[in-house]
Amino acid sequence: MEPILQVSGLTKTFHANGKPDFTAVDQVSFLLYPGETVGIVGESGCGKSTLAKLLCRLLDVTEGTIRLCGQDITKARDRELFGAYRNIQMVFQDPLTSFDPRRTLGDGIGESLRNAGVSKTERERRVVELLEQCGLSETFAGRYPHEVSGGQCQRAAIARALAIKPKLLLCDEATSALDVTVQQQIMELLKELREKEKLSYLFICHNLALVQSFCDRVLVMHEGKIVEEGTTDQVIFYPQSDYTKILLDSIL
Amino acid sequence: MAELLRFEHVEISYGGESVVHDVSFSVKPGEILGLVGESGSGKSTLMKSAIGLLGNNGLVTRGDILFEGKNIPDLSEKELRKIRGARMGMIFQDAGASLCPIRTIGEQIYESMSAHRKISRQDARNQALALFDKLHFKDGKRIWDSYPFELSGGMNQRAGIAIAMLMQPAVLLADEPTSALDVAVQKQVVEEMKQLRDLFGTAILLVTHDIGVVSAMADTVLVLKDGYQVEYGPARQVLEHPMHEYTRKLLAAVPKLRRA
Repeated sequence: MEPILQVSGLTKTFHANGKPDFTAVDQVSFLLYPGETVGIVGESGCGKSTLAKLLCRLLDVTEGTIRLCGQDITKARDRELFGAYRNIQMVFQDPLTSFDPRRTLGDGIGESLRNAGVSKTERERRVVELLEQCGLSETFAGRYPHEVSGGQCQRAAIARALAIKPKLLLCDEATSALDVTVQQQIMELLKELREKEKLSYLFICHNLALVQSFCDRVLVMHEGKIVEEGTTDQVIFYPQSDYTKILLDSIL
Repeated sequence: MAELLRFEHVEISYGGESVVHDVSFSVKPGEILGLVGESGSGKSTLMKSAIGLLGNNGLVTRGDILFEGKNIPDLSEKELRKIRGARMGMIFQDAGASLCPIRTIGEQIYESMSAHRKISRQDARNQALALFDKLHFKDGKRIWDSYPFELSGGMNQRAGIAIAMLMQPAVLLADEPTSALDVAVQKQVVEEMKQLRDLFGTAILLVTHDIGVVSAMADTVLVLKDGYQVEYGPARQVLEHPMHEYTRKLLAAVPKLRRA
């Protein structure tokens, strides 16, 4: 089977005046197959989010390649990058700041459809459908981000990511800002979508228990490198690297 | 042992709308009480009311908050100032942000100690370094001389807790003290707070949404929902045999790690 995402030797080095170069992501390679859910864990500053930004091309790659659905998107720009976003979509940690505060949630959700040339009436129909799929009533289409709770806003962010029917959803700490009860609901939604829409996930999260309950495989990152990789239970039950052991032993 | 802090049927309102309803609990010296609940449940409001920091809009509209024989809502700002810092220490989610960015940790420790009693810079330094040492801070002298931005988030938090404890307050109010930290640092901070409790007999009022932290630290637990107290009792009893439907729901929502 052809992998959806093929990352090899991915490296990001930041240059700052008067400071030594800092390599935030260092020679990271992994594969993600259709229908698979891969977790990335590690402490803050280990490079998880930089990796996420590289993968969705919000940051330029220093070295290495990213292939998405067989296509090299490492240096994709404009129309080509536009095409890539039909396959990969993101959900971020803070749902409130990921929506334009001056536009309704419905506008935000329908934006990718508008870009794809979908008519207004069809768009409105799809937005309602997407909201319902994510457990929100159609009245939410007319609301502004500040008028809804964090959990509702995150549901809308998931609806927005799903609008263009991507194959891969990249979640960067998508539930970390939410209360545990809301977190549980969002995780249920993500699981349901995995079944129904045959989505693949790259799930960045610092909570190992959550990763265990959701992911097939896990990558452990430390100081920009992948220090351990395996099926979730294998890594958690039988950690090999010292770093993974420390991480596991710190959990209260 | 005698009670140190006691909330009696406390109701708190913001701008005329009551947000905390009929909450009662008490804390003994050396006891760690965990206040848990979702965001907006009134945890932080309760904590602020204990130290008279509800702000202009906030008001204790019913009930008493008794601390060392005084009723906190009845005290003047001047009297409260004597209690804050000296008898009640505070530590928030991001200690780095509550420290002054342009002065060293040492200067700020000296300032906070001399606000409450006459002390020389040298004595303040000695006491601080002795406490840093007890907490096994690597290189306490460097921390004393550092600016907050020169320390990591975790180190700032640990320093913040040490600063709050230097006055040896009877109660430490800790609002999400570990929520911004990585698990490894979180564990260290939890251990240090327990060690400080053992060392000084300080009671700790711990606000957190992290059930893991509560089960590792708390002696008693109070569960809040929408400003109402839904369950209150010994930590083990509440966490292992929750009586209330909401507590059960809250506990069931916490993802648990299965290990071999």
